[in-house]
Amino acid sequence: MQQAERLDATFAALADPTRRAILARLAFGEATVSELAEPFEISLPAVSKHLKVLRQAGLIERGRQAQWRPCRLAPGPLKEVAEWVNGYRRFWEESYERLDEYLDKLQGR
Amino acid sequence: MVQQSHPGLTITMPSDREVVTVRDFNAPRDLVYRAFTDPQMIPNWWGPRIYATKVEKMDVRPGGTWRFIQSDAQGNEFAFRGEYREVTPPERVVSTFEFEPMPGHVIVETTVFEETDGKTRVTTTAIFQSKEDRDGMVQSGMEVGARESYERLSEILATMV
Repeated sequence: MQQAERLDATFAALADPTRRAILARLAFGEATVSELAEPFEISLPAVSKHLKVLRQAGLIERGRQAQWRPCRLAPGPLKEVAEWVNGYRRFWEESYERLDEYLDKLQGR
Repeated sequence: MVQQSHPGLTITMPSDREVVTVRDFNAPRDLVYRAFTDPQMIPNWWGPRIYATKVEKMDVRPGGTWRFIQSDAQGNEFAFRGEYREVTPPERVVSTFEFEPMPGHVIVETTVFEETDGKTRVTTTAIFQSKEDRDGMVQSGMEVGARESYERLSEILATMV
């Protein structure tokens, strides 16, 4: 299913601190590859590799101006991950509340 | 990095794909362990209140599988399923958790039960698995601003940290 695959790619893309830092920077506006590479001690090709992972996961996109192709966030997949993780968390929070009540009932409280 | 998001429930995120939940219950371990592993008991607490849960199968031993069907007031149904990998009563269960409408996206959950003074601490570590397969990705539309989306994710992750 496309949605499951999209989530998987998003999780994989987020599973790297450099990529998360890149996304955090892009949340404040678009940037060129060299601007994005600046805070890191890794090489420009290494940064480009990370950008490729993020692009393939649909998390960022490149602008189309000839000389300047900035990167920017594409928020759809992130929103999806956020909702999925939130859903899982809410599921267990509510289940545990119900379990509390059920255990009380079983013990005659 | 720990945050109380609910009285008695602590959620941490020790690495990017692990969520650790710690919850204390006012009951002895044997009873809590049974609540988690007895098919008769599951429908009394598992899942959100608005859904009824039916246990289709629940074979709690290594290699055994489970499948629970949830239904709402309108009769809509969807299922969760998984398999058990390790079972050490009454201390520990390792199993997978999958939401059938989104197949292939599997969580591996390790649940540990510890008793102190007649109360039980349940610690669950959930690891989100990720597949290599990236075919057929369709980017969903931009419904919200870029920063808003990312901040929302950070917010949610922060409550887990």
